[in-house]
Amino acid sequence: MSVVGMGAPSRPSITRSNAGGWRSAKSAIATGLIIASLVIAMIPLVLIVGYVIVRGIDSISWTFLTEDIPILTRSDGPGMGPAVVGTLMITGAATVMAVPLGVLGGIYLNEYSARTVLGRFVRFLAEVMTGVPSIVMGLFIYSIWVLRFGVSGFAGALALGCLMLPVVIRTTEEMLKLVDADLRQSAYALGGRKAGTILRVVLPAAAPGIVSGALLAVARAAGETAPLLFTILTVNETNTNLFHGPNTTLSVQIFRNAQQVFPGPQERAWGAALTLIAIVFVFTLLSRGLSALFARKHRV
Amino acid sequence: MAIDTELLSAPPPAPAPEHLGDQRPPGRGVDRAFRILAFAGGLAVLVILVLIAYSTISKAWPAFQDEGLSYLTSDNWDPAHQAFGTLAFSFGTLVISLIALVVAVPVSIGIALFITEVAPKWMRRPVVTMIDLLAAVPSVVYGLWALLVLVPALPGFYQSWHDLFAGVPVLGTLFDGNPIAGKAFMTAGIVLAIMIIPIVTAVTRETFATVPQSQKDAALAMGATRWEMIRAAVFPHSRSGMTAGILIGLGRAMGETIAVALVIGSSPQITAKLFSSGDALPAVIVNQFGESTDTYQAALIGMGVVLFFLTLVIGMIARAILARSEKKLGAA
Repeated sequence: MSVVGMGAPSRPSITRSNAGGWRSAKSAIATGLIIASLVIAMIPLVLIVGYVIVRGIDSISWTFLTEDIPILTRSDGPGMGPAVVGTLMITGAATVMAVPLGVLGGIYLNEYSARTVLGRFVRFLAEVMTGVPSIVMGLFIYSIWVLRFGVSGFAGALALGCLMLPVVIRTTEEMLKLVDADLRQSAYALGGRKAGTILRVVLPAAAPGIVSGALLAVARAAGETAPLLFTILTVNETNTNLFHGPNTTLSVQIFRNAQQVFPGPQERAWGAALTLIAIVFVFTLLSRGLSALFARKHRV
Repeated sequence: MAIDTELLSAPPPAPAPEHLGDQRPPGRGVDRAFRILAFAGGLAVLVILVLIAYSTISKAWPAFQDEGLSYLTSDNWDPAHQAFGTLAFSFGTLVISLIALVVAVPVSIGIALFITEVAPKWMRRPVVTMIDLLAAVPSVVYGLWALLVLVPALPGFYQSWHDLFAGVPVLGTLFDGNPIAGKAFMTAGIVLAIMIIPIVTAVTRETFATVPQSQKDAALAMGATRWEMIRAAVFPHSRSGMTAGILIGLGRAMGETIAVALVIGSSPQITAKLFSSGDALPAVIVNQFGESTDTYQAALIGMGVVLFFLTLVIGMIARAILARSEKKLGAA
């Protein structure tokens, strides 16, 4: 360990004033910079959320959320209905695919192979997979699915599911780790088998944490744009058939409308952004709340 | 619940559960089936990663074959004449990622220090929630805001910045444009910086939190000020964690697509002047994919392959560093 406080007096100093003017000034400056960095990060958050609320609030109405999107992009007026339906359907389908598989993967990592080489390798890959760019997932599903079966909401859901999977695996594993070993031992002592113990005892104990992680993954997926652009394309009317024909989401509509120079589409982009942020923030805060509850229960 | 558990586990240690399970026949099939199911869940990650590599490489192959090495080393991108050199885009990706790191890393380390060393206990959770919300804002919303609010305001700002540093040797060149534009490398870099702050903060915060309280106390007991304590106890202990955080941030910045596509200006050029319009790998993919066919499309998918392997390698190095430092901590 390196020596601190070179200018320390020979007698132990207790009061802060003894630290010396320059040294304590330096510390104060550092503390100031540390607080400043938090403020710097908060500015864009406040600005962006503020802008989206102010610019989007006028657009939001029941008609806006349910009407079709105008065929002529440059025209004024409401309509994001198909995108609202598409966002809910595609994110929902991705969740249905990724969460069960991810929870199973997390169970495998923590309950069956916590210390094995293969387990460690899979965990490593899951961590690395969280860093795969979303655009690459889009290209992947395009190459493997869309070129054969055509665009559909389902293709988009596949891409989002691939993005969610490693996140769900990792959070499930982390939450299972927190479950008391005593609980498992008791279940075994009562004659429980491994599968039964996991499903009836361990999983319920970890459920709030797992749900919290899954909600966070859903929130991230709902805002994704890049993997959807060429897997679902876009439509102006609601397409409730997940498996056939192009679809659209709020994120894709924001991307397309933002690039228009006319006021109509820009208004719709802000309205869609407010709707999307509302959905995403609700999921994120729900997740934070649940994890706080879980943390209190397990005293972590 | 706690009492039950104690009663059950208090008598002489139960035999190894697995062993016990093997002695009783009923339910064995369920056990085995569930084990296989869980294994499939874990294996899915491996399968998907292999499939990503295989399917994208095979679709991009025609472009790789036509261009050879010049796919990476040439900056001549001219789809109309079947020329697919991606150097200008890789250059753009590198430049904006570096800008993002230069801006985001000090801020993230500051926030992480704030949460672990400065903030009173009651403030930590709200601050973490705020950072989570920053991470939750979708990329496309960042892009929308940057395009419609930031971009129109920037040229004037860039111009005055340029005038300020006009005479200075290196900065004079960096803070210049070709011409100066609102949609520029710098704009994309700043937006990226905002977007990677949460992840870099999260990784560094986790390592800072593992610094033993005894070491911090020791530094303080010797009369160190807070800053001296951070430099003597927190930083030396967290070097590998901070490195990993920076690498993970770099990986995110390189792959971030939508916000960059909206604000980088889509005009490929290799220049040191950061206020000029440029282009980046993921932005080119989304902006040009719709109009592409055949070799053109293969070349675009090829950029995805390049991105995939770049982020994979960076991610692997980062995770390996983290795993190694965790092991060291466990042993200590």
